[in-house]
Amino acid sequence: MESLGSGGQAALLLLADGRLPAGGYAHSGGLEPAVAAGRVADVAGLERFLIGRVETAGSIAAAFAAAACARAGRGNLSDLAELEAELDARIPSPELRKVSRDLGRQLRRAMNGIHPHPHFAALGAAPHQPVVMGVAAAVFGLGPRAAALAILHENNAGAAAAAAKVMRVDPFEVHAILARMTDRLDCLAAEAAKAADGPTADLPASGSPLTDIAAEHHRRSDVRLFAS
Amino acid sequence: MTDDRQPQETRALRLGVAGPVGTGKSSVIATLCRHLRDEFALGVITNDIYTDEDARFLRSEGVLPEERIRAVETGACPHTAIRDDVTMNLMAVEDLERDFAPLDIVLVESGGDNLTATFSPALVDAQLFVLDVAGGGDVARKGGPGIARADLLVINKIDLGQHVDVDVAQMVADAEKARNGAPVLPLSRKRPETVEKLCDWVRQLHASWTAGGHTPVDPGPMAPHHHAPGDTHDHDHGHRHAPGDTHDHDHDHDHDHGHGHTHAHGHAHSHSHSHD
Repeated sequence: MESLGSGGQAALLLLADGRLPAGGYAHSGGLEPAVAAGRVADVAGLERFLIGRVETAGSIAAAFAAAACARAGRGNLSDLAELEAELDARIPSPELRKVSRDLGRQLRRAMNGIHPHPHFAALGAAPHQPVVMGVAAAVFGLGPRAAALAILHENNAGAAAAAAKVMRVDPFEVHAILARMTDRLDCLAAEAAKAADGPTADLPASGSPLTDIAAEHHRRSDVRLFAS
Repeated sequence: MTDDRQPQETRALRLGVAGPVGTGKSSVIATLCRHLRDEFALGVITNDIYTDEDARFLRSEGVLPEERIRAVETGACPHTAIRDDVTMNLMAVEDLERDFAPLDIVLVESGGDNLTATFSPALVDAQLFVLDVAGGGDVARKGGPGIARADLLVINKIDLGQHVDVDVAQMVADAEKARNGAPVLPLSRKRPETVEKLCDWVRQLHASWTAGGHTPVDPGPMAPHHHAPGDTHDHDHGHRHAPGDTHDHDHDHDHDHGHGHTHAHGHAHSHSHSHD
């Protein structure tokens, strides 16, 4: 098991930071449509939403980031297309597949300006965000567990940050949720790293159908603060 | 295909349009498209605070083929999208330049924001800042990065001055003072001669940029604002615009602003374009 104590922590913080200029701030991770539909109405609901999100979409993203990181770390990106196809198959909503690829392109565009590496060019026209994150982590010398943690934290903190704009919440309470989730994110990252070396088809595939449906509704909503 | 920087031959002049909500940014862009579309290959990126209202407005105006108008959703952070994290906008511009190559000019409309929002030089080559008389005659006097240092300050809806008790000449004079003589353009789409001046400014900018003579100038972020413990709030923000502050400068616009191009108003040159 890779250790996070042996260096690379600063690079991990850089990748997971919401201020990394890759456009993540325009998305609520599905929170806005969940609030609009009345499914999330208070802080307790927000906590349940965020936990549900990391245990489903989060664990998938983490596993694919870890898998991409492991492959890039070995310098072998030959089965990236298979990785991309497997991730597509785990995101039923066309809208969410597009969002994942838009965010991936943006992260790759940002990394090309921040820390260029030939691996980024090998990612194809519109790679998924977790795949780009995994490759970016490898480029910084980080391992699969760190790659998984970066995408878990970025996605989770991004959705939580959106709460301040779409709900009546005390921002301290929102961060208290994130604080309570730290152990959970560590565990999910460790599980993702374990899965990373297995067959691509066996990577986690948990789903949350309501999120997919909500994303499609959100796309068609006339007034929305967040792109997703 | 990757998202590396655009090859120089398909790189368009990128012109930002910023300013507070409701001052007429979309209308200025519609006007520019209408008057310049036969001279230049144009594209437009809009930044809406929510929805894609501005892109829909421009498409409904029919000023450009609608596929050349694209909306970027900024997650209620219009300021961030043009300043701190321009990646979404930059990619939208690059995609447009790639899909419709070669474009001459891409106009980027910021979401309506406050007076401190200006474009990053990483996103645009030049920017105009739009105020309007209906927003209050004193706004120009307030200065700030957009008003003071955008490449061009447009004071829009001057035909409304008498209806909102704003002395347009005074507002323009205040703006010129805040800008140390950098160009200010009073505009009304009901006064064709002012529209023509706006178009001329863009023509000159494009000519200068094409010739390699235009250097992007960063108006800068909001003024430094520091609240240390014990701060007594009497700090200097680094810009002065007190009423009664007297600067001795003339308003001759023939001088060089250090942009590598001059903003001569009222000069004659030939061009062809169509009015609709």
